[in-house]
Amino acid sequence: MQKQLAKMKQSLFDQGYLDEQFIQLEELQDDANPNFVEEVVTLYYRDSVRLVQNIEQALEKNPLDFAKLDSYMHQFKGSSSSFGAKKVKTECTQFRDHCRAGNADGCKRTFQELKKEYATLKKKLEVYFQFARQAGPVEKACRPK
Amino acid sequence: MAGEMAGNSTKKKISALVVDDDRLVRRIHGMLLTRFGMETNAVENGKEAVDLFASGKCYDLVFMDMEMPIMDGLKATQALREMGVSSTIVGVTSRTQEGETQAFMEAGLDACWEKPLTRDGIISLLDQVAKKLL
Repeated sequence: MQKQLAKMKQSLFDQGYLDEQFIQLEELQDDANPNFVEEVVTLYYRDSVRLVQNIEQALEKNPLDFAKLDSYMHQFKGSSSSFGAKKVKTECTQFRDHCRAGNADGCKRTFQELKKEYATLKKKLEVYFQFARQAGPVEKACRPK
Repeated sequence: MAGEMAGNSTKKKISALVVDDDRLVRRIHGMLLTRFGMETNAVENGKEAVDLFASGKCYDLVFMDMEMPIMDGLKATQALREMGVSSTIVGVTSRTQEGETQAFMEAGLDACWEKPLTRDGIISLLDQVAKKLL
């Protein structure tokens, strides 16, 4: 089961969903905090709901307040990169580039992509953590190739 | 040994303060520092950090986010240095624009790193901090 778990993780890395930061967090897990990464990810998805709503509302305004949007996205990027959400982070960066260029359509388009990546990652990690709980604790965090 | 108080056999833990408005970042950085054996505390903004030091609390290491409500990292760092705080203050920011980092450094930081904190970064810092404590 550990092998399957490692394969799942490898796949998430190969497809670019996660980066090294995820491994750094897994390495912090110990007997006292065996599900630290799952806890972090749960916290992320809980805390970011309000932020997503704020951004959606802000994108409905006319004209757009690019400074406000940039500030929201700065927060979003910070949280997303803190646990290694690579694709989400990339979309955040793209969005901020559009904000700086004053490109409203670009912001709206990128935000749709961001939401897709955000939702996809959530589903994939839910499966991963479910599997991880069944597989039990590993002695060391396994680094993907 | 680094960290031991003179004339006392009790080993003193290095104390660290995480200053960040993002709950997730406080949790992650707090955990990372705790795993390195540090006594860790966390606050949500620069004003809370300044108030802590003003109340007499002291931390060997401060990890200061740049953008925070109420009082940002730059102002908090300036305030701490004006109070005479000599703790190692590391700016931690998602902003990578040079101008902003420079202004933050000039406020009185010892270093400025990009988020998130990493094990290697902390290891390099601990050596510095341990020497300061001797």
